[in-house]
Amino acid sequence: MLGFLVRRVIQSVFVMLAVALIAFLMFRFMGDPVNSMVAENASTEERAAVRERLGLDQPLWLQYGRFVARAAQGDFGLSWRNARPVSTLLAERFPATAELVLVAAVLSLVLGIPLGILTALRPRSFPAQSLQLISLIGISLPTFVTGILLILVFSVWLGWLPSFGRGDVVDIGWWSTGFFTLAGLKALILPSIMLCLFQLTLIMRLVRAEMLEVLRTDYIKFARARGLSNRSIHFRHALKNTLIPVITIFGLQLGGLIAFAIVTETVFQWPGMGALFIQAVSFGDVPVMAAYLVLVSLIFVIINTTVDLLYAVLDPRLRVDGARGAH
Amino acid sequence: MTLLSVKNLTVAFFGRSGTVNAIEDVSLELEPGEILGMVGESGAGKSMTGAAIIGLIEPPGRISAGEIRLEGERIDNLPPEAIRRIRGRRIGAIFQDPLTSLNPVLTVGEQLIETIRTHLKLPREAARARAIDWLRRVGIPAPEARIDTYPHQYSGGMRQRVVIALALCAEPRLVIADEPTTALDVSVQAQVIALLRQLARETGVAVILVTHDMGVIAETADRVAVMYAGRIVEVGPVAEVLRAPRHPYTSGLMASIPRIGPRPEVLPQIEGAMPRPHARPPGCAFAPRCPHRFVPCTDERPELTGTPVRSVACHLTTEVPA
Repeated sequence: MLGFLVRRVIQSVFVMLAVALIAFLMFRFMGDPVNSMVAENASTEERAAVRERLGLDQPLWLQYGRFVARAAQGDFGLSWRNARPVSTLLAERFPATAELVLVAAVLSLVLGIPLGILTALRPRSFPAQSLQLISLIGISLPTFVTGILLILVFSVWLGWLPSFGRGDVVDIGWWSTGFFTLAGLKALILPSIMLCLFQLTLIMRLVRAEMLEVLRTDYIKFARARGLSNRSIHFRHALKNTLIPVITIFGLQLGGLIAFAIVTETVFQWPGMGALFIQAVSFGDVPVMAAYLVLVSLIFVIINTTVDLLYAVLDPRLRVDGARGAH
Repeated sequence: MTLLSVKNLTVAFFGRSGTVNAIEDVSLELEPGEILGMVGESGAGKSMTGAAIIGLIEPPGRISAGEIRLEGERIDNLPPEAIRRIRGRRIGAIFQDPLTSLNPVLTVGEQLIETIRTHLKLPREAARARAIDWLRRVGIPAPEARIDTYPHQYSGGMRQRVVIALALCAEPRLVIADEPTTALDVSVQAQVIALLRQLARETGVAVILVTHDMGVIAETADRVAVMYAGRIVEVGPVAEVLRAPRHPYTSGLMASIPRIGPRPEVLPQIEGAMPRPHARPPGCAFAPRCPHRFVPCTDERPELTGTPVRSVACHLTTEVPA
């Protein structure tokens, strides 16, 4: 297990270096940064001086090395738009996105798994059939459309829930949370529903398909032949085997949630990292874009490594360190 | 008392294109401790008979006629919860493929202990001791250590031993072994069969041994039932059936067993193929392939006649007394 972990960490480092290279190259696509820093009538000597001061005269790999070294310490320089450290900007926005994604992820699991089981165990029942139909709509409707529909129904017509923003937040250290105020919680409902809807339907359909598959296996038939209770067969013998692929997809989709949060944050004017990124794109604020790219990739890498470790917990066949039996 | 009595059992599958009988009019009896071999080619209905006895026919199939009695009690029309209590406790089952019969994510011990505790009200520790004891009885070395390992850490033969332990651990009176050795290496097959025979003798459990291997039947079973196209065509003590088969199909089966010694150029085989369940002829299902068929065979289906111990369904034996 330790060897596996070390191998995964080394792989992750290479992935992050590659992402950092892309983020670094982004600066060069935006043209010569010196042009935007010096006066228009600056002499060649003045330009050279600025170039030297910023280290831009050094070879590319050296600049890349310096970028990586700084990024590793969380230093992505200053935002070109408002001259504040990029790391501070991201830290301000991170809690909003994290809470939104967390609520959406929990919702999709807490609802998706039981609904998937229900539709698998009672495939012909009315609730199962209607859920299948609704999930088809959920999976094919673009998320921004559902978001706008949610606003129309619950904010405009019914007036129950706010249509934008985070409501009231409480600061705990540097983390600002909306979990402890009623307004904050109410503000979370619509965006998290919009964000989780796709995942929810995906997980539900996946659990259903996997469960149906597992229920056909010999070991389930043998469990039935031994007279085990239906409850144990469904929730102990079948579910555990069902969850292995579900964990994979969920892990991959968790990254997707963070990415899709951009759309949700835009629709609900949610002050998170996604909204920050959209602003950065429209202003050509490369340091913020680069930092967002690196941060989201880091989260992806961490999630995928965690998923691989979770496999081993769920599936004993993957615990390679244990003493193998006679074969 | 007769342990198991099956009378005129028919299992039908209700499909879009009509009803198809997988097995028809199957009757058999089994005494306590007896080993009954069931042979026949693929699709003859051997496994379906076993599945019907244990109440595991899956829709759209169901028992459409006949009855099954276990120790005098009817079990074919019980509600699902009642038949569930019989499965494992009074009738055990051993499946064909040990590689897929065990749940990969639960330890062998968890699966044994759960089975034991489902049927016998034992505290956890006692159930565990019993599970270890069963692993020892089926010949797993160092059962105290192996009980907490997962199925993938066992070899195929060892897994089939675990499957046997799982089938017997709640001490059923009858176990249905559906092709228990087919998926195993030849060298392991003999060991598993020997183990099954030994455990049957020790525990007094009756066994229905479903197989297409006449060799396995010859060395294991007390009686044999030969199935063809969903019906039993001949029943009798193994030695008698092997020595003097009375149904032409049984004779054909015997002739097709390869023997050690001077080999014939071509291994005798029965010409043609068994009719599919939806295309069975009106008379004897074997008639189209039968070398001895005569007038009544193609029109009139021969009934299984004789005693429960020795009977045969063939016009040759009824119309022309030997």
